[in-house]
Amino acid sequence: MAVIIEKNTKILIQGFTGKMGTFHAEEMIKYGSNVVGGVTPGKGGQKHLDRPVFNTVKDAVKHTGATASILFVPPAFAADSAMEAADAGIKTCVAIVDGIPSHDMIRIKRYMRRYSKNEKMTLVGPNCAGIISPGKAMLGIMPGHIYKEGRVGIISRSGTLGYEAAEQMKNLGIGISTSVGIGGDPINGSSFRDIIEKFETDDETDAILMIGEIGGPQEVAAGEFAKENMKKPVIGYIAGLTAPKGRVMGHAGAIVSAYGESAIEKVEILKECGVIISKNPSVMGDTVKSVLEKI
Amino acid sequence: MDIHEYQAKEILQSFGVTIPRGGIVYSPETAENKAREIGGSKWVVKAQIHSGARGKAGGVIVCNSPLEVAQATDKLLGKKLVTNQTGPEGKIVNRIYIEEATDIEKELYLGLVFDRASESIMVVASTEGGMSVEEIAKEKPDSIIRSKIEVAVGIQSFQARELAFGLGIEPELIRRASETIMGCAKAFSELDATMVEVNPLVISKQKQILALDCKMSFDNNAMFRRDKVSELRDKTQEDEKEVYASDRGLNYVSLEGNIGNIINGAGLAMASMDMIKLAGGEPANFLDVGGGATPEKIVKAFRLITMDKKVKVILVNIFAGINRCDWVAEGIVQALEKIEINVPLVIRLAGTNVEKGNKILRDSKLNYIEANTLEDAANKAVAALK
Repeated sequence: MAVIIEKNTKILIQGFTGKMGTFHAEEMIKYGSNVVGGVTPGKGGQKHLDRPVFNTVKDAVKHTGATASILFVPPAFAADSAMEAADAGIKTCVAIVDGIPSHDMIRIKRYMRRYSKNEKMTLVGPNCAGIISPGKAMLGIMPGHIYKEGRVGIISRSGTLGYEAAEQMKNLGIGISTSVGIGGDPINGSSFRDIIEKFETDDETDAILMIGEIGGPQEVAAGEFAKENMKKPVIGYIAGLTAPKGRVMGHAGAIVSAYGESAIEKVEILKECGVIISKNPSVMGDTVKSVLEKI
Repeated sequence: MDIHEYQAKEILQSFGVTIPRGGIVYSPETAENKAREIGGSKWVVKAQIHSGARGKAGGVIVCNSPLEVAQATDKLLGKKLVTNQTGPEGKIVNRIYIEEATDIEKELYLGLVFDRASESIMVVASTEGGMSVEEIAKEKPDSIIRSKIEVAVGIQSFQARELAFGLGIEPELIRRASETIMGCAKAFSELDATMVEVNPLVISKQKQILALDCKMSFDNNAMFRRDKVSELRDKTQEDEKEVYASDRGLNYVSLEGNIGNIINGAGLAMASMDMIKLAGGEPANFLDVGGGATPEKIVKAFRLITMDKKVKVILVNIFAGINRCDWVAEGIVQALEKIEINVPLVIRLAGTNVEKGNKILRDSKLNYIEANTLEDAANKAVAALK
């Protein structure tokens, strides 16, 4: 099985009838994802892209049996939509939207503590490209065709830098089991550590490429987890060598504000944790290749 | 988004924090009157710029008469103050805050930040006020006490009390100190702040607890629901090009180098800058035109980069996914029909329909250098400098 999503995972689109929701729902359907319907409050009962529209996520889950959703709602309403999904029993929710207030993200995460570990929804994002398991399903906005099927897992904060890695690997004949974009915000639904843990137990993944950047403690936390708990090799790259301290580099979370958050410091700590570092972004694919040859 | 000291003080005052008497002025004449209005015999004239360490840069002047207040105001207004946080260009002083001088008995530190590790709001306090929190962490780490706020219920009285006792505050002042800490925490939570810093928080000889200097920053993503806070934005404190960019939906950070770059996606932009550095060059900016790289954004990006006189080479690096390289290439060609570029241009396209995209560029009249990989692009950009 693939981590997080499978070929037949039933997917709902939250914000289905909007421009973004429509466009990306079509792309996902073309890729072969099992989109079973969507939610737009007030438009329940209509059909959109030949699929039913519901007023609430609960209605949609009841009628379709969906277990995954993807959010295309404006930032002001995104927290509400994510919590609605969690409460309706959705197991995996991807928030693509950029611009959710940090205070809202903290609220979502506290809200989700009400669910037991088995009932708890995996939230991926926000401000991310989503999830793809090549050849199986896409729950995201990435260009599906650049991902070759294979056995390397990718976790990336950035969308386009993740695409860059996937293409470098494809050009070297290396395929991907699942690629997860965790997003560029300071507080996100799933961390690097949360996802590498899933890859470690995934029998379709042999190695993991982790693409991080400056700011926050997450890359280091994942490195420390890998050192203690992982048998599969982890390859890492950290973007932002030239980023000045204290400045936000595009992603709200890409800001160096404490020790251990700069690219150089993160690389040093990850090396100590046994993570194999891609020395620059042009050789992410080559680095993965050399690691795979040694397995 | 950052605001001025006096604005942060007004906000915190409305949440129950005591501040010294003071007022804002824009001219030496009004400064003199303001000093009389405030009363007392000693005043502090403080330049209002978006930066800490203003004292060391000469931005804070103690005065003994209303006339001296006017002179100090005259000296500071219109000046550019350079602190260790402003960069070499400094920041312009357009507003002056005049405050009654405080008889300080003890200086404390109080700060609130988002703690990304615990995903909560963290209160940080220390008995070593007046130094920056970095200095405190380095020199007096044992003086730092912390308390995590549970966002669902907000700060509790006992937490504020524990912090106050932890700071060694005398029993009769504990209640005021707790109210001050709770006021700061409420302001943080209710206004979508990302940082509140009172440094120093002082105990005066008259046994008052006063916020002597304050800083607040807010979450840009939450400004849609914070009209009053967003009105406090002072664009004169921001880099001109960065204001131009943010008004046009571009993510831009001005840097010191001479290779301008236009990239889609923040991560890829940082990675491209890293490659420029590794190739021996220095980026002039960070610029993310957004994952989609629409022709409109590309035009705006070229306008912005050509505003920057230190740019000697422009590097364009677009990874096109759903938006296809041929479409992006047409956007670049159209943009450069409108904008004249007098420096070498390196373009690297990757992703969907890359061959078609490169063909469109080659067939156009565009004078540019084609690059294939990230490394190739960076090397060619650095080589084009010579």
